[in-house]
Amino acid sequence: MFDLDKWQEIYLTMRKHMLRTVLTAFGVFWGIFMLVLLLGAGRGLENGVKSMFGNLAKNSMFVWGRKTAIPYKGIKAGKTVYFTNEDLKSIKKEIPEVLHLAGGTALTGDYIVSYKTNNGSFPVGGDMPEMNDVRGLLIPEGRFINQIDINEKRKVAVLGPRVVEVLFGKEDPIGKYIKIKGVFFQVVGVFYIDNAEGRNEVEKIYIPLSTLQHVFNAPNRISSFSLAPHEQYDPEEVEKKVKLHLANRHKVSPEDRSAISAWNSGRESKRVQGLFTGITIFVWFVSVGTIIAGIVGVGNIMLIIVKERTKEIGIRKALGATPGSIISLIVQESIVITSVSGYIGLVAGVGILELIKYSMKASQVKNPYFDNPEIDITIALIATVILVVTGALAGLFPAMRAASINPIEALKDE
Amino acid sequence: MPTSSLHVLKGINLDIEKGELVSFMGSSGSGKSTLLNILGILDDYDSGEYFLNNTFIKNLSQTQAAHYRNRFLGFVFQSFNLLPFKNAMENVALPLYYQNVRRKERNKIALEYLDKVGLLNWAEHTPAEMSGGQKQRVAIARSLISNPKVILADEPTGALDSQTSLEVMNLLKEINKTGITMIIVTHENEIAQMTNRIIRLKDGLII
Repeated sequence: MFDLDKWQEIYLTMRKHMLRTVLTAFGVFWGIFMLVLLLGAGRGLENGVKSMFGNLAKNSMFVWGRKTAIPYKGIKAGKTVYFTNEDLKSIKKEIPEVLHLAGGTALTGDYIVSYKTNNGSFPVGGDMPEMNDVRGLLIPEGRFINQIDINEKRKVAVLGPRVVEVLFGKEDPIGKYIKIKGVFFQVVGVFYIDNAEGRNEVEKIYIPLSTLQHVFNAPNRISSFSLAPHEQYDPEEVEKKVKLHLANRHKVSPEDRSAISAWNSGRESKRVQGLFTGITIFVWFVSVGTIIAGIVGVGNIMLIIVKERTKEIGIRKALGATPGSIISLIVQESIVITSVSGYIGLVAGVGILELIKYSMKASQVKNPYFDNPEIDITIALIATVILVVTGALAGLFPAMRAASINPIEALKDE
Repeated sequence: MPTSSLHVLKGINLDIEKGELVSFMGSSGSGKSTLLNILGILDDYDSGEYFLNNTFIKNLSQTQAAHYRNRFLGFVFQSFNLLPFKNAMENVALPLYYQNVRRKERNKIALEYLDKVGLLNWAEHTPAEMSGGQKQRVAIARSLISNPKVILADEPTGALDSQTSLEVMNLLKEINKTGITMIIVTHENEIAQMTNRIIRLKDGLII
């Protein structure tokens, strides 16, 4: 039942006791405000780090050969491991766990890439169409290398954004011919890469692997494999299997850790996942601490308020107030204060997060460690409700005690 | 307190008729405060009977006690016991709040009672802005507003100078003349002499 008179009484009491009202309200406001900021910052951190992984296929890995460190089967240490097209076929055949597999190699030596009078030095990679299934490049214009390019050893190239910028400026590169180490290649696509890790990635030029092997005299050379296992397999197991398979084929000791290296996003993301778990636990730890501090603050102030009001309660009782009316007066007052200030804290916190989000967007800041701070509104609401309830409880127990004591005793309380 | 068997009152047989003006006298420890608490339904008693307005008062729940206090009794205290954050009118109106009388209505009634004690012009003032005598008159107006059968005054002049005490006593006597039973606890002979009947207490007995 909505009792206007009671609310008027509560409102008047609160207005007459501005200090204690504001103090209680501030405790709750601050608790919720900090909680929202903390949770938002934690989420921002998580989003930022997550976006660093971009479009990398889940559980993608790269395997490349290096120099052997252990002599094996009569071969001295220090042999450089080069992969071949046969390795590619063999992995495809022997290791069914692998879903996507692409071999690639890089153009070596000194060379320049030119278009008309513009030129530059960019890494050129010979790759296969499957490579894009693993790496996840964005192709805003044209296409990536396809199987026909590979089969026919076509002289086509896909350029990184930085390459386009240097060679073409504002000109449309699609269909134009660029010269790589004296050979003309037709540009068939431009890729864009989300969250590129450094210059190497945006400066890259992709040409078909078969073309590179054929034209630039690197017959049958593959220096690295990009691959992604089927989802149901443990990527680390697959990595081990692939490495062992390659080691056997190249007479590399299975104990040789340096001969065949691999980067496994499954392992990386596991590490990052661990970091997230750490951050989440930390954020929750601090949040719960903040809430407890808020609860203690509210509880404390409610205790003091009730103590301070003992005499008032005695007077009210002598004038005919029932214990129930005393309790509900105090509890409702505490609920009003905590819920209003909790709501304000919620709004202020979310407002600040939105402001950060907006200004990051407006100034186009892309921070790899912080992106899109946001808060799970359910959690914030639950926290507010917890504070309101505890505020009410903190008021309830002393109020019950105060309401049950003898008015004469209360009146003696000076 | 009631669980320990400390006998404060040791057999009081007392009838106070409707409309009487009675004073209780006694030194501290004589049991006069305990008697007043029982009469005011602020405290319960172990054995015996207490009828207030022909209603048997014993073992009441807190809510029932509150109801009887509100309907039958008015209190006047030595230290006035006004709520410091409410003005005179709101203080006077407070008992009606517990009778669920609307704010406008009860404030109107409160003004009438303030007028009766001669403080209409002070309605908007808080207790801190008033003298002791004025505060006690506000408290008296408050005790009257619920139209009680009995007014219990615990040392009503204890904090006042003799001139003001006299004024307050005259006011209480006037109220008594309208038919409200008046019970005044005091240790001052002068005050007790102004009542119609003096009941002296010593060691929990009437002497």
